[in-house]
Amino acid sequence: MTPGTFLPSDYLPIMVMLIFATGFGVVTLWVGRYFRLRRPYAEKLEAYESGNPPSPPPRFRFSIKFYLIAILFVVFDVEAIFLYPWALVYDKIGIFAVVEMFLFIFLLLVGYAYAWRKEALEWEK
Amino acid sequence: MNEWTIAIIKVVFIWSWTLLIATIMTWVERRGSALIQDRLGPNIAGPFGLFQPLADGIKLFTKEEFAPKHAHKILFTLGPVLFAIQAFSAYAVIPFGDKIVINAKEIVLQVADVNIGFLFVLAVGSLAVYGFVVGGWGSNNKYSLLGGLRATAQLLSYEVPLGLAMLAVCMTYGSFSLREISLDQAGTFLGFLPNWGIFKQPLGFLVFIVAAYAEANRVPFDLPEAESELVAGYHTEYGGMRLGLYLFGEYVNLYTLSALMVTIYFGAWHIPYVDMSSYLGPLAYGIVSFLVFFLKCAFFLWLFVWVRWTIPRFRFDQLMGLGWKSLIPLGLLNLFVTAFLIQITV
Repeated sequence: MTPGTFLPSDYLPIMVMLIFATGFGVVTLWVGRYFRLRRPYAEKLEAYESGNPPSPPPRFRFSIKFYLIAILFVVFDVEAIFLYPWALVYDKIGIFAVVEMFLFIFLLLVGYAYAWRKEALEWEK
Repeated sequence: MNEWTIAIIKVVFIWSWTLLIATIMTWVERRGSALIQDRLGPNIAGPFGLFQPLADGIKLFTKEEFAPKHAHKILFTLGPVLFAIQAFSAYAVIPFGDKIVINAKEIVLQVADVNIGFLFVLAVGSLAVYGFVVGGWGSNNKYSLLGGLRATAQLLSYEVPLGLAMLAVCMTYGSFSLREISLDQAGTFLGFLPNWGIFKQPLGFLVFIVAAYAEANRVPFDLPEAESELVAGYHTEYGGMRLGLYLFGEYVNLYTLSALMVTIYFGAWHIPYVDMSSYLGPLAYGIVSFLVFFLKCAFFLWLFVWVRWTIPRFRFDQLMGLGWKSLIPLGLLNLFVTAFLIQITV
């Protein structure tokens, strides 16, 4: 791949694919409406809780760990985004850029070690 | 035929092909499970129960569809649709063969050969999270919500090692285009090894396949729908065609992931030591390259079923531990080793 070879028309088949994918989801649900029974009654419409009457509320407070995972993911995924262009031209750039990127990864590893040490990666004690 | 007609034919072909494979996979999964567990499996509808997927499809299509009273009606329907969209569009940049020549016109067997193929697959693949979390939240059910949350945490966590493994592949081949990576895997290196990704990135492949199983929500990592803990996880409240879209999307995802593994680690359509294009005519070569590619995919599809009945399910803390404490360090190590090897060989 050489720079400056970007053509938006390369992506048009992907648009067609997206239209097909959306069409499949929407059409199967929509057409099916005309083939289905509809006999709802009170018990059927209750939230499923293994046969017990559902105990409110379903939207409860959940573990803070999920939030921590999301934050860690942002950190590491942004790291990966920075690494992609670097990886693409890896065999063409000099040793300087290589060392620089490893410094960057090293800084991230310090944060990773800190998170590990603070038991942010432990799920439950 | 102009470019547009060809593009649309390719889209229609690959779309119906993935649909067909997903349908057959539901049969393979049930017969395969039965085979491993020494049962018969579905054997009534058609020879060897081959019409079972059709019967299932008709059943799901005509089944009563209702949303629970407290569910968020829009999100409840949007969840499966989003999931189906991401499942069916991810294949757009993955090749399904080399090229075929019809009427002296060369047609590349790939919907779109974009120069950021890798990133497209990762980006679209990560949209699956929305399918799970929107459906799980919209159901307004405890088990669904927990399943959706688990799916989010799991898919986010395993995207990092998946990205790291693919990063090392990019460094090895110096390209994001999946077609260029496939073409680069012809021939041999070191004199005898086929020029395949698996031989250049053995550790990367290990990280990739484990992360891929987690991304596909397959046993041993099917925590979002662990039936022994969460009834059915994020699709507890679903039935009929909405459930059908989730189940179908899952099998389409399996096919996409298998094709991705074949493309970047198992030499795409190449047979080791044999250059098919020198023996076959251009038309036959196109068909054979497609078949070879598909046979390799079929192995990985079978592997998904095989692993399902071999390895028991992880616990959720074990799952997160594996992702964050083993796969990410391994992925980074693989990156360092690759960087070092490239430095000493270039």
